[in-house]
Order: sequence, then structure tokens, then C-alpha cells
Amino acid sequence: MRRDLDAKEHTLREGTPDDAVCGVVPAHVACPAGTGALASLMTAAHRNGLSVTARGGGTGLAWGAPPRSLDLLVDTSALSWIDHDAGDLVVEAGAGTPLAELGRVLAAAGQRLSYDPVRLGGTVGGALATGASGPRRLLAGALRDLVIGMSVVRADGAVARSGGRVVKNVAGYDLAKLHTGGYGTLGVITAAAFRLHPLPAAVRVVSAEMPSDSRAKRALAALRGTAVVPSAVELDRPAEGPGRLVVVLEGTPEGLVSRVGETSRALGGETEVAEELPGDWGVLPAEGCLIRVLAPPAELPDLASGLGRLARDGFGASVRGTASVPAGCLYLAFPPGTSAGAVAAVLERARAGTGRSAVLLRAEPHVLAAGVDLWGEVPGLSLMRAVKDSLDPGHRLSPGRFAGGI
Amino acid sequence: MATTARRTPDDLVRTPAALAALVPRLRRICGEDGVLTDLSQRRTYESDGLTRHRSTPGVVAMPTTTAQVRDVISLCAEHGVPYVPRGAGTGLSAGALPHAEGVLLVTSRMRRILEIDPENECAVVEPGVANLDITRAAEPYGYHYAPDPSSQQVCSVGGNVAENSGGAHCLKYGFTAGHVRGLEIVTPSGEVVELGGKAPGAHGYDLLGAFVGSEGTLGVATRVTVSLTRSPQRTVTLLSAFTSLDAGGEAVGAIIAAGVLPSAVEMMDALAVEAAEAAVACDYPAGAEAVLVVELDGPAAEVDAQVRRVTELCAASGSFGTRTASGAEERALIWKGRKSAFAAVGRISPAYIVQDGVVPRTALAEMLGRIASLSAESGIRVANVFHAGDGNLHPLVLFDDAEPGAAERAEEVSGAILDLCIEHGGSITGEHGVGVDKACKMPRMYDDTSLETFDLFRRAFDPEGIANPDKLLPTPRLCGERPEVRTGVHPLVASGDAEQF
Repeated sequence: MRRDLDAKEHTLREGTPDDAVCGVVPAHVACPAGTGALASLMTAAHRNGLSVTARGGGTGLAWGAPPRSLDLLVDTSALSWIDHDAGDLVVEAGAGTPLAELGRVLAAAGQRLSYDPVRLGGTVGGALATGASGPRRLLAGALRDLVIGMSVVRADGAVARSGGRVVKNVAGYDLAKLHTGGYGTLGVITAAAFRLHPLPAAVRVVSAEMPSDSRAKRALAALRGTAVVPSAVELDRPAEGPGRLVVVLEGTPEGLVSRVGETSRALGGETEVAEELPGDWGVLPAEGCLIRVLAPPAELPDLASGLGRLARDGFGASVRGTASVPAGCLYLAFPPGTSAGAVAAVLERARAGTGRSAVLLRAEPHVLAAGVDLWGEVPGLSLMRAVKDSLDPGHRLSPGRFAGGI
Repeated sequence: MATTARRTPDDLVRTPAALAALVPRLRRICGEDGVLTDLSQRRTYESDGLTRHRSTPGVVAMPTTTAQVRDVISLCAEHGVPYVPRGAGTGLSAGALPHAEGVLLVTSRMRRILEIDPENECAVVEPGVANLDITRAAEPYGYHYAPDPSSQQVCSVGGNVAENSGGAHCLKYGFTAGHVRGLEIVTPSGEVVELGGKAPGAHGYDLLGAFVGSEGTLGVATRVTVSLTRSPQRTVTLLSAFTSLDAGGEAVGAIIAAGVLPSAVEMMDALAVEAAEAAVACDYPAGAEAVLVVELDGPAAEVDAQVRRVTELCAASGSFGTRTASGAEERALIWKGRKSAFAAVGRISPAYIVQDGVVPRTALAEMLGRIASLSAESGIRVANVFHAGDGNLHPLVLFDDAEPGAAERAEEVSGAILDLCIEHGGSITGEHGVGVDKACKMPRMYDDTSLETFDLFRRAFDPEGIANPDKLLPTPRLCGERPEVRTGVHPLVASGDAEQF
């Protein structure tokens, strides 16, 4: 097998504990030099019936469930390239391209990918495969909404493309939607094309303390009644102390004056206005268990504080919640070492009620060992299984990492 | 419009016996008034908005509930009978072209707005609800439904979901896919599945995102939860006139490069303006070779600054006049010319073909030059109307259907325009969809492996191939045996490293 995987276009080595995916050490690690090399590698893996997981910056390897089997870890770091059509506000980038580098190249041309990463040090492919979006998604949408085309190496090594490099295109199925947040279980992403936006001339961050849930709900309702068009509305609930509502506005310095005023009035009380985003903006803690709850936006303020109380009063555990309220998304971060019981109870409560779902995005080893159900009930699972069976009939791509054991 | 297809003789459009046997069961499901079998009634459904493709449906079913849709599709699945979903029938790619031996499943009787939920900024509707009716229902709360295809008065939300419809304002607000939070669907095997809901986003594979734009090949949406968008504080529409298309194109580039994001940037050439004037007297500036309609919306102070900026940029690019409208009536007058452009072309030509293609926006100027050359070489007039901001062209290819061979020549020019779009790295459809009309053109845009992957995905939902067959992907039945268009055998196949399944 080893000989079969060896080739000029990629380096191959034995896996080490540093390469572990949720604690599972891969037998081999390969770093293909380009899409062609990746395709040959995947073809060889197909021929040998090997299980494969892809890795970008390695920042999300503890996300998802452990793979049932991991013969080959594909390191995409050599698939790093940027092809920027500034005039068309479009960029295509290799999966291994660091997001930070992409951001720098785009900013030099006065543009950006309107996406706040939730992890530092990640790559384009890793961000897509895990699919989690940060706070600024109210105007241009979440990461999945910014993808206009994607190239993927299938389980059998064939290279398939969907979409293209133009912002408007309805030819064919939008398969990039499946791979975004698909944890590499349907194919290995090699490149993606994105729509871009101009960098705003100015940014204002308006925030106010929210001593109670009712206060937060009043402020959110008042904000909905305005036409200030925020890029992000974040309700931050630290483990201790009062919450804070943070509103990000982007535009021209002149135009922002009245928008800041109107936002401050909606938030009420004493507001702070900053001209820059905080340094760790949108980034989730790099350690500890992490839950994502999706719920109707109006339920989030009560849900966030209710779950916080449950952790504290029931288990003496602390949890920090950050909710992108209009986007219906709440992240809950537990300090490392939080008991499996606390995490499981919060997860279960978050799932109770219609129209809600909660996923344990990252579980610490002791929580995995306790058998906590990471995904819960996922509607449409039978269709998801059918899609998996169709695109990866041998179930060799990150087996077990995804919902329902996919 | 376009070519006039010959009607099939009556004896060939009888409902096939196998299908006729299902009619009593369809009546039990949908009620007596929910099933149409009369030839004259069935014929009213023989085409959608693209009338050059025609086929009389074997039978028409018009369910009113999810349970009825499920039972109709289950019946089809049980008997291997194909079905074609249809909303309002305004599509322009023959995506709702009926199957002569199948059921046409019409959702037009499912037209209740179930809920407007301002707290969660969403609405829950049945698939037959007209696009504009959502906005009408949401307006009292200060909201609207952002996707606004030109046919929004009549086109249905279910159809919008199937086609991932856009509209003039998708430049800023995006397409239907960005505005659908939840779907209840009936799969081709007759299973009812909930995807998403009032929470924007869902866990697991984003089947919802892939379903939107799948042209009825993955199932039928029976309930749709859409996001509502807060109506902007101010909306201003500018009409700017240029002495050349190049100058107009330059202005578009300058606006985008300046970091302004208008909600719409539309362009019309002299021929399209002439037609619009003849039809609706929209009072566009005389002597313009190109007219640009730019709409800016958002917080008042931001919009005011942008209006000044856009006016300057247009002037710098050679505009000889920019008119600004902020009142609803004045704005409507500007839009009237643009929105009537397709129909208005009927005033200056007996027949025409509407094409839908996309090029990178920076290639627009060159593309228009190439279209002008095509027109000059062929002697076929082409009027240009396009969503300039995102490079989506709608060339109107004019011809006289009374003249022998004219339709064929017009088709050739229309097809050549699509080839140019592909040559420039664009797409064969920006918003009308593939349907039947462009299924055979898909291999020009995607290689065999990519098409095969699309088909693998489709089969996951529809293993029996009964959901809107012969749409979206090329089939031998539709396109004949494929000519050898592939540029070379996939290297992995050649080397024996991969096999195509």
C-alpha cells in the first residue's frame, strides 16, 4: 500500500500524535503538491480502500466526531494559491490558502471576503468544510452564501466542479452548499471561488450593557424597528456578570453619524462607540467544549441565559454564550475540563422545543468518552445518508465524523 | 413569441392507458375539481413562459394540501409514472414543460400565506403564493421580501425556490437561496421532509441550500419559510444617458470600483430604449445609445452620499444627463421603461428570443462589441437589456417569424451569444434556469465528471428518475447521442487509475 501511495507529486510520511483527528492518529500523512497530485492520491486511496480525512490549518481537527478509521490524512497546505479578479469582485483560492493571507491580498485591493472566521490560523478549505460563520453575516450572508463555485476531488479521485466564477449563475446543482459544513465527508475541497465586497470606508461598534433579559429583548426589538442596517448584532453573555449587546455598522463616516445615533437610542442607557472591531472579534475559544444552537431569533435571548443558568445552578459550570441574534445562531463555550454531565444537560435542554437544534461542535476527550450525542436529531437524515451513499459509496471519507454516523 | 411549434394531432395526445388508470385515484386524492383530463383543459398547460417548447400533459393534478401532494407523488412513484411540478408557469427555460405520459402537478391552488412573523423577521407561505403577495403582506410591518423577479406579480414562491430566482435587486440582496430559511418538501419517493425552519441555517448537510435552484428535480416544496428584509429608509433611482455603450459600461465599472453597492444597476441599449419608448412612453432621454438605471437604498444619509458619488462618476464617464427620482411615482416611471423592455420589443419586431447569459462584469464591454459584430454579420437585430452590475445579459434576438428561415437564424445568433458567454468564463444561465431549453448546452459548461456528479446527487433523491425528467441535465432522449465534445479523456481514466461509474 505504502508503495502505491508514493509518488513524486506529494510527500508521504507516517502519522504522529500531532496529526490526530479527534484523538485518532492517521496511519499516513500526505501533502499533495497540487490538484492533480491530490486526484492521483485519492485514486490510489480508492484503489486500496483507504479511509481519508483532509486537513487545512489543523485548527478544526478537534471538531466533529472522531473518524471510525483513518488510513490517510491529506494535508492541503500546498494547495495554496490566490487568483483575484478585482474588477469583478471575485476571487478563487486553493483549499490550503490561509484565510489571513487571503484577507491581506484582498485588503490591498480595497476588498474583502465578508466572513468573520471563528478560528485563527485556518485555511479556506477548513473554513468551508466546518462551515461555521462569525458575527458579520447579516448583510452578505454566511460563508455558504459567498461561495460561487467549487472544485472537489471525489472519493474515487475524479475532480468535479460546480458553479463557476461569475456572481450570478444558476446552471446545475449548487453542490458547494453540501460541501460547506460537510466535514469532508462527500469529497476533498481543492478550490473555491467567492464573491467579494468592497472594504467599508468606516466601521462603528456600538455596544451597551444589558443587565437583564427583558432589557436585551427591548433593545433588540427597538433595533429591529430602525433602518440602521447593521452588519452584526451580537448578544454576549459572559459566564459572570451582565450581558452586552454589540452592534456593528459599516459605511461612510458621514453616513454613520446618524446611524450610530439611532442605534444608541435603540440600545438605550449608556452606550459605547468604538471605531474598530475588538482584536479577537468573532473568534471562538480554541479549547473546551463548544456548542452551536440554531433557533428562531426571538427565542435566543431567553435561551442563552436559561442555558447559562442551567450550567451554573445545576452543575456549577460556567458557560459563555455569544448569539448572532438575527441570524438565529448561538455559540456556547465551556472552559476546558467542564464535566460531561453539564455539557450533555445543556445540549439536551437546547434541543428541547420545536424549530431548534444544537450540535456539540467540539467535544473534549472525556466528553466523547462519556458517549454524549454530538449531533442530536437531524431532520432530513435519510436524505443525507442517500447523498453520502451516492457520492462516497465506500464510506471512506471521514467516516463517522458527521451527523448520524455519516 | 419565438418559433411556433406545430400542435400534435389530437389522437396523439390522449392520456396514455397506464396513466388513465390512475385518474380515479388522483380524483380521490385531489377531488373532482382537482384533476383535469379534458384535452382542451390540459392544453392550456402545454407550455410555460417559454412557448417554443410544447407538450400536452397526460393529466393535470392540482392538489391543495401537503398530504395531497404526497399522495399524488406516492402514486406516481408506485407506478413509475413521471411527474412535472409547475407553479405559475412563468419560467423561461421550459422547466415546467409537461410530460406527455406523466402527471403535471400544479401548485397554484396552494396559495395561503400562513404566517407573517415580524419578531423572527420571516414569513411562512404555501408554494403557490405570488412573490409580490409576500411583500404586500409584510409591508404593514415595515418589511418586504427581497427577491424580485420581473414576473413578481404572478410568479409563485414555489417556482422561485425551484429556479433560485433573482431579480433586478439581487445585486445587493442576493438570490432566493439567501432568503429561504425552511422548506417542507415531498421527495420523489413521496416522503415529507422538513428542512430548516424559522432559524436561518440548519445542521447536517445543507440540503435546503442545494434544493433551492434544483428545478423540481429533487422534490416539490409544499411550505416555504422566507426571510423578510427591513424596508430601506430611503430609495433613490437614477437614470443616466450615454452616447455610447462603452461609456455606460465604463460608468458601471467606476461605480463598482468606488465601493458603492447599488441595489440594482440596469443597462439598456438604443434599440431596447426605442422599444420601451414606443410601448410605454417612459420619457427616457432622446439620443441615448445607452441608458443606465441605478438604484441606491439604505439609511438616508448613506444613500444621499452615494447618489452624489454615482452622479459624479456617471458624468466623468461621459453621461450627458442624469435624472434622480426619490418619490415612488417618479421611480416607478423609470422602472416602467426597464420592466416593460421585453414585452415592448414586440412593438418593433414580430418575434424575438430572450436569451439569458452571464459574463464577468469586466467583460461586458467586449461582449457587447462581439454581439454587435454577430448582429452585423447575420443581419439579425439584437436589443440588449442587462443587469449590468452582475454581468447578466438578456439579449433580445429579433426576427420576423413570417420569413422562412428567420427563426433558425435567430436561434443560431442566440446560441452563439451563449458560446461567447462561456468563452468569457461566464454562465449559460444567470436566472432563467436550465430546464429543457439549455439541458443540451450543459456539457459546454461542465465536463463529464462534473455532470456525472450532478447526476449522482440527483439520483440520491430520485433513484427512479420520475421527478421532472429530461430537465437540467442532458439525456440521450433530449440531446441525442452526445457528439464527442470532451476535450480529452480524463487522465485518471486513461491511466487506469480511475473508473467512471
